[in-house]
Amino acid sequence: MKSRTFVFIGLFALLVLSSLLSLTVGPTRVSLSEFLHPQEGSVLFSLRLPRLLLGILAGATLGMCGGAFQGVLRNPLADPYILGVSSGAACGAAVALALGLGPVLLPVMAVSGAMATLLLVYTLARIGGRLPTDTLLLAGVIVGNFFASLLMLVMALSRRELREIVFILLGNLGIVFTSKTLILFEVTSLVAIACLLVVWWHWRDLNALALGEEVAESLGVAVDTVKKTLFVSCSIAVAGVVALAGSIGFVGFVVPHIARMLLGPNHRDVLPASLVLGGVLLVLSDIVARSIAPMELPVGIVTSLLGVPFFVYLLQKRKRA
Amino acid sequence: MISIKGLSYSYFERQALEDVSLEVQAGEFLGLIGPNGSGKSTLLKCLCGILPPRRGEILLEGKPLKDYSRRGVAQRVAMVPQDSTFGLNFTSYEVVLLGRTPYLERMQLERASDHEAVQKAMERTDCWDLKERRIWEVSGGERQRVVIARALAQAPRVLLLDEPTAHLDIAHQAEVYELLGSLNRQEGLTILAVSHDLNLASEYCTRLALMEKGRIKAVGGKKDILAPGLLNEVYKQEVFVQASPVTGEPHVFLVPKRK
Repeated sequence: MKSRTFVFIGLFALLVLSSLLSLTVGPTRVSLSEFLHPQEGSVLFSLRLPRLLLGILAGATLGMCGGAFQGVLRNPLADPYILGVSSGAACGAAVALALGLGPVLLPVMAVSGAMATLLLVYTLARIGGRLPTDTLLLAGVIVGNFFASLLMLVMALSRRELREIVFILLGNLGIVFTSKTLILFEVTSLVAIACLLVVWWHWRDLNALALGEEVAESLGVAVDTVKKTLFVSCSIAVAGVVALAGSIGFVGFVVPHIARMLLGPNHRDVLPASLVLGGVLLVLSDIVARSIAPMELPVGIVTSLLGVPFFVYLLQKRKRA
Repeated sequence: MISIKGLSYSYFERQALEDVSLEVQAGEFLGLIGPNGSGKSTLLKCLCGILPPRRGEILLEGKPLKDYSRRGVAQRVAMVPQDSTFGLNFTSYEVVLLGRTPYLERMQLERASDHEAVQKAMERTDCWDLKERRIWEVSGGERQRVVIARALAQAPRVLLLDEPTAHLDIAHQAEVYELLGSLNRQEGLTILAVSHDLNLASEYCTRLALMEKGRIKAVGGKKDILAPGLLNEVYKQEVFVQASPVTGEPHVFLVPKRK
């Protein structure tokens, strides 16, 4: 019991430290004294803070939804994109770029793409009012592939926009708050937080599901309703994040695994720990992304490049234990 | 305790249960036997509310099962499945604690009374010393004791078990049935167990029901059900039945086709 508390305190401390680091490190050094005397339009408030907030939002959402997807599909290989939501969102964003739409319509198109995917997967996977896990996975992979192909088509036809599309695919936290994008960010955050609360609300149902769907049902869990609720709320939250930050890979897959290694498999701990850890991992990755190379790297590349060796290290350590 | 009236169930095209009527008396240990695919597991799933019947009615303590809430059913009927799978490597204690799910609201933390119920259930099935052990790391016999403790933590009136001794060696088979027998006698727990092992069922159950092709073929005392003619007809296998020299209960012997 006590070690749980320590782990959570440690995770929050990590989040605070990486946030402070993220605000100060970069091409322009920001001293800590600037926090005390904030100036309108400074690097801190126009660039660093929006970046940090988006990083925490995206990381937290991907981490927690990854944990929920792995739980509800009872598959440790699942990630928040497994049902094709990211392909749909990226496709929508690419179309927006190809059509030359502005920074407000682009996320709107991305969310529309994700919602179209969600609807299609849901319709395809439903059999007699139920949502069997195997058909759900199959439908997700098929629809995801379809949208990925559409995306390729848009890329093949586009010229100047190609680089921007690639940046969306790789994930990117560079957001600048104008009055319009600020509202967009606020709305996405509120919706995502609401969805994450719904997900967390189901922690015991997720534990029961680990004993098998029939056992969960015999324990009084409305399995189909729980699956639909989690599927829809995770997909909405992830769609919003992909619309703003692109499809950042690996965070949603690896973070729940790390959370389980630290705290055991109980979703009561795994879900909130994945939330915090997701934020930490993405903020740290972003710091690396904009400080190791002369040009800024897409953060999605860094999450994978850092995440894979870290995960291998944890696996090895556990094997020895 | 449970009365089943004209129950039918079909998986899409295939009719799995057809006009099944059966009374499960309070305090009895009823063994459900029959060939593979005769509808035993489907019947259990209907009784704990996993499968909604297409036709017919199930009464639990006099009230239609469909009038209970899901949690209401789970507080009265507990199920031990044929193959227990664990998607996550919980501790045995966490597994048994999930048996308290029907008594807990969402986001509600387990109360002291829930922890007491878990300890009682684990002590009753003799697995309290396994409480810190991870469920992927315990043996088959130990795991089955944990699963039965999980079902007992639901504080059920009726315990349903689907082949609780599949994959267990004879000592662990006896251990599981001894436990069920004593729960039935001492706590008065009503038990309905599907079994392929006719001799185990004969030794421990108080009554037997024989199923064939989705219907109840016969219900009654052990000597009436474990009759060579009846078993031969249902299983399409010649058998020889003799009273056990130890307990006097009927035991079934296979008659090999080759001489």
